[in-house]
Amino acid sequence: MSERSIVRPDFRHSPSIDQVGAEERAARFTKRSIKKESKLQGLHLALSMIDLTTLEGKDTPGKVKQLCYKAMHPHDALEGLPTVAAVCVFPSMVGIAKKALEGSKIKVASVATAFPSGQSTRDVKLRDTKYAVAEGADEVDMVISRGKFLAGEYNFVFDEIAAIKEACGNARLKVILETGELGSLDKVRRASDIAMHAGADFIKTSTGKIQPAATMPVTLVMLEAIRDFYYETGIQIGMKPAGGISKSKAALHYLVMLNEVLGADWMTNEWFRFGASSLANDVLMQLAKEATGRYQSADYFSID
Amino acid sequence: MATTKKTATKKVAKKAAPSLKFNTAWEYAPALEGTSHVTIAPQYELFIDGKFVKPESGKYFNTINPATEANLSSIAEANAADVDKAVKAARKAYNGAWGKMSGAERAKYIFRISRMIQEKARELCVIETLDGGKPIRESRDIDIPLAANHFFYYAGWADKLDYAFPNRKPTSLGVAGQIIPWNFPLLMAAWKIAPALATGNTVVLKPAETTPLTALKLAEIIQECDLPPGVVNILTGAGATGAALVQHNDINKIAFTGSTEVGKLIQQACAGSSKKLTLELGGKAANIIFEDAPLDQAVEGIINGIFFNQGHVCCAGSRLFVQESVYKTVLRKLKDRMATLIVGNPLDKNTDIGAINSKQQLDTIHKYITIGKKEGAEMYQTDINLPRKGFYCKPTLFTDVAQSSRIAQEEIFGPVLTVQTFRTEDEVIEKANNTPYGLSAGVWTDKGSKIFNLTTKIRAGVVWANTYNKFDPTSPFGGYKESGYGREGGLQGLAGYLHI
Repeated sequence: MSERSIVRPDFRHSPSIDQVGAEERAARFTKRSIKKESKLQGLHLALSMIDLTTLEGKDTPGKVKQLCYKAMHPHDALEGLPTVAAVCVFPSMVGIAKKALEGSKIKVASVATAFPSGQSTRDVKLRDTKYAVAEGADEVDMVISRGKFLAGEYNFVFDEIAAIKEACGNARLKVILETGELGSLDKVRRASDIAMHAGADFIKTSTGKIQPAATMPVTLVMLEAIRDFYYETGIQIGMKPAGGISKSKAALHYLVMLNEVLGADWMTNEWFRFGASSLANDVLMQLAKEATGRYQSADYFSID
Repeated sequence: MATTKKTATKKVAKKAAPSLKFNTAWEYAPALEGTSHVTIAPQYELFIDGKFVKPESGKYFNTINPATEANLSSIAEANAADVDKAVKAARKAYNGAWGKMSGAERAKYIFRISRMIQEKARELCVIETLDGGKPIRESRDIDIPLAANHFFYYAGWADKLDYAFPNRKPTSLGVAGQIIPWNFPLLMAAWKIAPALATGNTVVLKPAETTPLTALKLAEIIQECDLPPGVVNILTGAGATGAALVQHNDINKIAFTGSTEVGKLIQQACAGSSKKLTLELGGKAANIIFEDAPLDQAVEGIINGIFFNQGHVCCAGSRLFVQESVYKTVLRKLKDRMATLIVGNPLDKNTDIGAINSKQQLDTIHKYITIGKKEGAEMYQTDINLPRKGFYCKPTLFTDVAQSSRIAQEEIFGPVLTVQTFRTEDEVIEKANNTPYGLSAGVWTDKGSKIFNLTTKIRAGVVWANTYNKFDPTSPFGGYKESGYGREGGLQGLAGYLHI
């Protein structure tokens, strides 16, 4: 349990968000032009922030092991590359990943709580979480009960997150809001507030199973919620946009947004992650281009 | 009521007050817009009767880049004789081909101008930035596209004037004398020229002396578009040139955008003449933030309201009113946002605030900053280094400002914001209206009824709700009280150039 007093405000009073304004602000970050050394720095940072993810019914130990090798050795042809931040898998694959990543600093993240729908009982969700942690998960990515949230049962959602947090023990908890199902930025803000107050270490946009997944305006609203929470409590919360960020250029736009909303303290993989499977290769391709001056064929980058 | 429940036992140790650190983790490398595609002649003449001609005055003045103080070009200075030549050419064109042309034919020319502006947009935006100091992001994304859009929009009206004002047969006025300011050089030229041409008038336009280049580029475009000679004449010069234009007897209409001080002189000069007059003058707009506003978006609106174009905007939201209950939060958010504003080389694509347009304007801004400090207001500026060469000003806030402070009453026309608090709706309406100006205002609240209450009671030509500094050719723009009269843009913008 973290050393953190839990306060439950009236979440109906979360600040309101003007969608048009949020979209305009998000678009403005994309006007920043990231060139030369700042681009190189941004690409390295982006690579180090990736939660390399495989969340499919057809996942096997072999697939997970290959992904773990990729996590540790993104592209050995280029020197001086960071590893990714974590490998994100289903609970049944946590043990495999843990073993495969032994000796590295890469974390094992596991989705839990009846991912991706969250449509199960509290008991099942807690057991799911405890199993993942017992298998060695350093981080747990839970989903909130969107149905309960949309029905206005904020206390239910709050209590559930708090209970999962307790079940996590020392594992860090990422709370997935599944913003593509929430319907408005006001709701995104409200769900962010609930998650942070209930004990989330990270808030995360999406499962990747629902469209739209991460968008810049949604991430902006969540970053602003993190900022307000930080000013209110002094507690730093991490952010993980997930799903739909597959190009380096988009990743750099997100980093610009992070840099200008939360600033230097969040510009590390301890506080910001990209949940993505195909982003890594695009970042590697850009890094290879910066190093050699030429774009390489996609065939030079491993697909895992 | 909020239900508060504490479930954990340990309390977090009190650390230093939370604060965010900006501009340290990741600095953006310079991303300069290229200038190799731009042609600026060493010397420009007057554009009269479809040709570039030497000034009768024989005089030239320099136009400089305010970001570097480097000389850009030598510009002809028109005197009364030049004005007379230009007005005669405009009259001849009005009595000749242009006056007799059908609206549908006129529209083709206007449409051609807008297309040409789009084609040359990359060159025009760089020149606008070089000559005026505004960030390339703004000239590229706002000034130039909007200028083209004004021509597009009014091209559409040229053959539909009979339907614009029901039961009227509108007719053109004749020769229009137009004087424009330095804050949006090409855009203001478009605001003036497009409706004048659509309504069948001919034009003598005088751009501001610190920013003549894009108007002269527009003259080249007009030449390339093959407009009949004399339909548009462009005379460069300073105040004396403008005065000669205003005083010329054979002008039917004066349209002026600029300071209230000069506007009053023009109104006096036009008194007793048959000249039709529209004035778009200064402002000191109230930007009002209620406690139920979407605050993060409102903060962005404050930033856009006062720091857009270095604050050189007549409708700038220069008086911020924040409801007391959210004052601290808004100020904190505003300061955090200001910390990420990049001030510097206007040609850098990452620059948010460029150079102040001229030494003279920088002095005016500094004068007001000194006055603000003397008046006892608390000043806040972001902690940044300004380029050593060129005219720059840090984004500036004044808090603890009284309604009677001069910095809250007079137009500063720079990146300087005064912040006042209020308690009730009635109070803020009274304070917002308590100014000689009435050009624009902003209202931020989640409540629709509050928006309608304020928009009906605030005496300003434009009231933005939950946004600020939004412009569109279809929307009329203009002032109340000492902010001038007449409307530009939209259907209403036609009226200033027609007998109705």
